[in-house]
Amino acid sequence: MKHNLILKVVSKFLIPLIFLFALYVQFHGDFGPGGGFQAGVIFSAAIILYALVFGVDMAKQVITPYILRLLASFGVLIYAGTGVATLLLGGKYLEYGVLGSSQVAGQHLGILVIELGVGITVMAVMLIMFFAFAERGQPEEDDEGNQ
Amino acid sequence: MIDNIVDITLLSLLAIHAIAIIRTRSLFAVVMLFSGFSFLSAGLFIVMDAADVAFTEAAVGAGISTILMLATLALTYTPKSEKEETLPIHKPWLPLGVVFITGALLIYGTWDIPAFGDPDAPAQKHVAPYYLEKSLFDTGVPNVVTAVLASYRGFDTLGEVTVIFTAGIAVLLLIGGRRKRKPLTKTTEGSHET
Amino acid sequence: MDLIIGHYNYWLVIIIMMAGFYTVISRGNLIKKIVGLNIFQVSVFILYISIGNVKDGAVPIIEKGVTLYSNPLPHVLILTAIVVGVATTALGLALVIRIKEAYGTIEEDEIHNQDQSL
Repeated sequence: MKHNLILKVVSKFLIPLIFLFALYVQFHGDFGPGGGFQAGVIFSAAIILYALVFGVDMAKQVITPYILRLLASFGVLIYAGTGVATLLLGGKYLEYGVLGSSQVAGQHLGILVIELGVGITVMAVMLIMFFAFAERGQPEEDDEGNQ
Repeated sequence: MIDNIVDITLLSLLAIHAIAIIRTRSLFAVVMLFSGFSFLSAGLFIVMDAADVAFTEAAVGAGISTILMLATLALTYTPKSEKEETLPIHKPWLPLGVVFITGALLIYGTWDIPAFGDPDAPAQKHVAPYYLEKSLFDTGVPNVVTAVLASYRGFDTLGEVTVIFTAGIAVLLLIGGRRKRKPLTKTTEGSHET
Repeated sequence: MDLIIGHYNYWLVIIIMMAGFYTVISRGNLIKKIVGLNIFQVSVFILYISIGNVKDGAVPIIEKGVTLYSNPLPHVLILTAIVVGVATTALGLALVIRIKEAYGTIEEDEIHNQDQSL
């Protein structure tokens, strides 16, 4: 369709920039506004934009629902696992001070790791919800790949 | 002074939006008005010095919520209702009465709240000065909201991540698969397997 | 007069809250009820953040030379509340889709009639 051309060209230009901005917000959440939640939502917004312009099937090839389910659990695992790691290193649960050489270094490392976990889970869950809503209206195919 | 004027303007626009959402009957217009409402509230949060909150509200309210509501509208469309809400058959006197009484009680309750922006209010005295002074020394992170969220109250954030993970699983359980029938026929039997 | 200048913020927020509440209890369409619930939630967030606001305060990011900051605690609470709110909204919308598939309509009166006539 001819009037889709502007959308396709502009979104091909914008989507990498949105990814970059999401990574910036994730890792600079310590020094400015931002953090795990915002970064996860912006990351998923980039893939939703891709799905809206190019079709849900092509977006599912970019990131399959199986990987999304794995990523969602992986993020929670990172978060809870950091707590268990501090338990094994001798401190209390989620006491980040024992993770590094000094109290401040350990806190910085701990905050970075758990924000990463939060970002991964939020991104995966938003995409799971979007794909579930978008796929419900399609009648069931005869030869479908997953499940 | 200019702060107060910006506050009043934004809040009045929000109130007009809310009343327009009540009176509009076309559902598509309601969802678009809601998206504008959410974005205006993000602007209001910025004026009140809450940068993280404005970021999250703009991304989540005006982004994800609107997309999910539009998807629901597309999935619940029937040609005979034409995406409009039917007029309620009951007179609205009882809901209006309840709403007025609740609003009057709430306004009576705010009579004693300290004035807006007061630096001596009890809310600013107890734990907040401790966090503002000690967070840079304890954690080395300048953003106090991130330090409190991730370090001082990290256990609550673990619970929140679990809540959003559970919501994802629940949505997958409810509408994870594809439909087995044509989408536009009326189905009157009970809920069937996907 | 001082009372009005110090409190108009809260009164306008209560008006928005009551508008959302009225939408939930008096309209029959399920999607409109969910929109009304979201309006109620956003107005509660605005109420919390305006309680923590400090006049001439800065964004709570520690910088050299700034002495007065806004209260960071309500920001933390509302951040969690916003994310939990979107989870609830998504779940509510998924339930609306299943109701539509089971009953064929999303108007509350028609669902009630169908249930009564069973």
